[in-house]
Amino acid sequence: MSRYFTDEHEWVEVEGDTATVGITDYAQEQLGDIVFIEVPEVGTELEQGDDAAVVESVKAASDVYAAVSGEVIEVNEALEDEPGLVNSSAEEDGWFFRITLSDKDELSDLMDEKAYKAFVDDL
Amino acid sequence: MMSENTENLKQLPLGDWHRGLGARMVPFAGYEMPVQYEGVMAEHIWTRTEAGLFDVSHMGQLQLVGEGAADALERITPGNLSALAPGKIRYTLLLAQDGGILDDLMVTNAGDHLYLVVNGATKHDDIAYLQAQLPDSLTLHHLEDAALLALQGPKAAEALAKLGIDPGEPNWPVPTDLHFMEAGPFLWRGIPLGISRSGYTGEDGFEISVPAEHAVTLAAALTELDEVRPIGLGARDSLRLEAGLPLYGHDMNADILPVEANLNFALSRARREEGNFAGAERVLAQYPDKAAKKRVGLFVDGRQPIREGATVIDAAGATIGNVTSGGFSPTLQRPIAMAYVPMDLSETGTAITVEQRGKKIACTVADMPFVPHNYHRKPKP
Repeated sequence: MSRYFTDEHEWVEVEGDTATVGITDYAQEQLGDIVFIEVPEVGTELEQGDDAAVVESVKAASDVYAAVSGEVIEVNEALEDEPGLVNSSAEEDGWFFRITLSDKDELSDLMDEKAYKAFVDDL
Repeated sequence: MMSENTENLKQLPLGDWHRGLGARMVPFAGYEMPVQYEGVMAEHIWTRTEAGLFDVSHMGQLQLVGEGAADALERITPGNLSALAPGKIRYTLLLAQDGGILDDLMVTNAGDHLYLVVNGATKHDDIAYLQAQLPDSLTLHHLEDAALLALQGPKAAEALAKLGIDPGEPNWPVPTDLHFMEAGPFLWRGIPLGISRSGYTGEDGFEISVPAEHAVTLAAALTELDEVRPIGLGARDSLRLEAGLPLYGHDMNADILPVEANLNFALSRARREEGNFAGAERVLAQYPDKAAKKRVGLFVDGRQPIREGATVIDAAGATIGNVTSGGFSPTLQRPIAMAYVPMDLSETGTAITVEQRGKKIACTVADMPFVPHNYHRKPKP
C-alpha cells in the first residue's frame, strides 16, 4: 500500500488497482466544522481533475477533485449520517470513495507523504 | 482550497491581540479580521448560551454634528430620526436617489450629535454620499481612532456588570440599565465608552465604542471573565442568519428596494406620510406588499446547505429568484437560507425549489427569525 497526496489536499491510498480517496487532515482543519458531504455515485466514471465530491462546512462549500481517473466502486456511507468523521478522522474513517484506477501512471503526478508535508509547511 | 492575498490589508487595533489568541485571520472589508478561533460551531453555540466578544472595528463610526442634523439625514433615510429621543437608537437605510439601498445603519441620538454605525465595506462610499447630500452647515466626523466591540449573548449583561462601568455623569444609569436600542456615554477606569444595547446576533448584548488605544485592555478584561470568549466573524454570520437579519452586500444592495428586502418596519408611518426621503415615490409605490419579489427565509430539506448564488427555479426550470445567504444553523442543526422569491410564492409554508450546482433541492418558505430573538426590551407601559 502507498499513499499519495495532491496539492488540492486530497490523499489517495493505493492497493493494487483500487484507490481510496479522502481529504487531508490539513484540509479538514482549514474547512472547520463539516456539516454535509456529497459523494459521487457508485459507477461514476471520473477523469483526473473532475469535480468528484463537495464538502460543506458551516460557512462554505468546497469542491473535492478526482486525484486520479477511474470508476467509483464504493462510497463511504457513514459520511451521510456523520459528516463530522472527516473532522475527527480525515485520513482514516473519513474517507470519501473508492475508485478502480484506469491509469496508474497518473500517480506519478502526485506527491508522497514527505513532499506533501513540505508543501503544507510552506503554505 | 483557497489561499488569499493578505497584502495591502489594513490592521485594526485588535489585530495582534486576535493573532495572539490563535485566531484565523482573513481579508474582510479591506482589513485583516478574525474569522474563527476554536471553530464556528462552538463559537456560535457559546454566543447563544453564554456571551461572545466580537471585534467589529471595521465598521464605520460617524458623528453628524450641527443644527438640524436629524432633519437633513431624513432626506436620504426613511427612519423617523427627528422624533428620536436622546439615548435612543434607530435601524434605518441609506437610500440612493432612486430608492435603492446603499447601506443599512444604526443612528443614535447622542444629545449634541447623531452617532452613526455603518458597514465596513461601504463606509467610504457612505461618507462620500453623505457629504454630497447633506448641507454644508453640518459636519461629518469619521471616528477612525475608535474600536468597536460587540458583547452578545444571554450572559452579556452579567459579564458587563462585572467590569464595573460607571455612569458618564453622576446619577446617570449604568450600561445594564439600558434596554434594547438605547445608548449612552459611560466611563471605565476613566476611559470614555459609548455603549449601546444592540447587536446583530438576535441575542441580548451591547456594542461598545472604545478609543483605539484602550481597545486591547477592554477586550482582555472582558475575555478574562468566565462567561466571555472571543468569537470570529464566521459565527457572527451564522448568528445573524438564524436571527433573520439581512447582511448588506448579500441580502441587500443598490438594486433592491426596502419593501423587496422585507424591511417595511424601517419605513416609519410618519415618514411614509411625509414621503420626502430619497426615492420615496418608487419605494412607497411598493408599500406594503406591491413589490414583485420579496426576501424570505427558507428551510432547506435534507442536510446539504444552500449558499448565496443558488437559484430559485419554477416547475419548468426557469430562474425566478436567488439565494442571498445560506448556511447550516448550529442551533437548529439544519440548513437555512434567505432568498428573493416572487411575491406570490412568499407566504410561509410555500414549497420552493432551489438549484445549486445542477442539483434541485426542496425548500419551504419559513418565518423569520429562524431562532427567536432574545433582546432585552423595555417593558410596554
